[in-house]
Amino acid sequence: MSRFRVSVNISPRQGILDPQGKAVAEALHSLEFSEVRDVRVGRFVVMQVDAADRASASQRVREMCDKLLANPVVEDYQIASVEET
Amino acid sequence: MKFGIVTFPGSNCDYDAHHAVTDALGAEAVYLWHKSHDLEGVDVVILPGGFSYGDYLRAGAIARFSPIMREIVAHARRGGPVIGICNGFQIACEAGLLPGALMRNAGLQFVSAPVRLRVENPDTMFTNRYATGDVLRLPVAHGEGRYTADAETVERLEGEGLVVFRYVNAAGEVDPSANPNGSVNAIAGIVSAEGNVLGIMPHPERAVDPLLGSADGLGIFQSMMAHVSA
Repeated sequence: MSRFRVSVNISPRQGILDPQGKAVAEALHSLEFSEVRDVRVGRFVVMQVDAADRASASQRVREMCDKLLANPVVEDYQIASVEET
Repeated sequence: MKFGIVTFPGSNCDYDAHHAVTDALGAEAVYLWHKSHDLEGVDVVILPGGFSYGDYLRAGAIARFSPIMREIVAHARRGGPVIGICNGFQIACEAGLLPGALMRNAGLQFVSAPVRLRVENPDTMFTNRYATGDVLRLPVAHGEGRYTADAETVERLEGEGLVVFRYVNAAGEVDPSANPNGSVNAIAGIVSAEGNVLGIMPHPERAVDPLLGSADGLGIFQSMMAHVSA
């Protein structure tokens, strides 16, 4: 059994209105970051997971995302990294 | 007729719901603790408003895995009536009792204000005391009330008469300025395909006496009483 540091990005699905992202984009524009085209605000979850190997760690985290961490109706998730610690 | 009102950590409308069904309606009510596995023989379950589990992760996401929710989902699957109000609506969606999700208000602000709702379908166990087109005055108090679902789901809800309440203006018409959260099609309340689960963002339990500014919400509880007693 090893320990892995797994990080997950959860973001509003494409096509779903993200008012938070829109407000941030407007604020950036008012700070003269006029190059900003689109902002979407999501969540970043980092956890330490015990698992036999990387594949089973990411498989379990995927199950966690499907069940609790993300709402598939409105959110997408992506495992950003799996690092042995 | 017995109502069961669930108390999650962070529920804050459970006492209002209790007042509505006992003092205003005259029915019996018990509080159901979130850790319990016993529905105590209730006919109707109310998932009340509040901020269960601090709304951490997503509103309702953690509450839906409370021990009592297993019994409530089974009760709903048997056709038992469930009404989810505000945070209860969010919990019902997270638990899969209703389709869709409630997202951050389009205006980003928490909205606490009286709104108008139009009754779209009076042929449900929750609305049989109203008529189509009745306009009710109820309060809303939420930051995440923007009803969202994929286009196919919205079409099915509309086609099957499952949208029961819609936000409207004083003339009883859908109007973007009368939609407090940007819900798709100004949806304020829906019922499940089987008709036994209602989700509603505004608070009928806070509008059961003229002293509170409106008694328009009482009809929902009277409708359930009429249905269960029938």
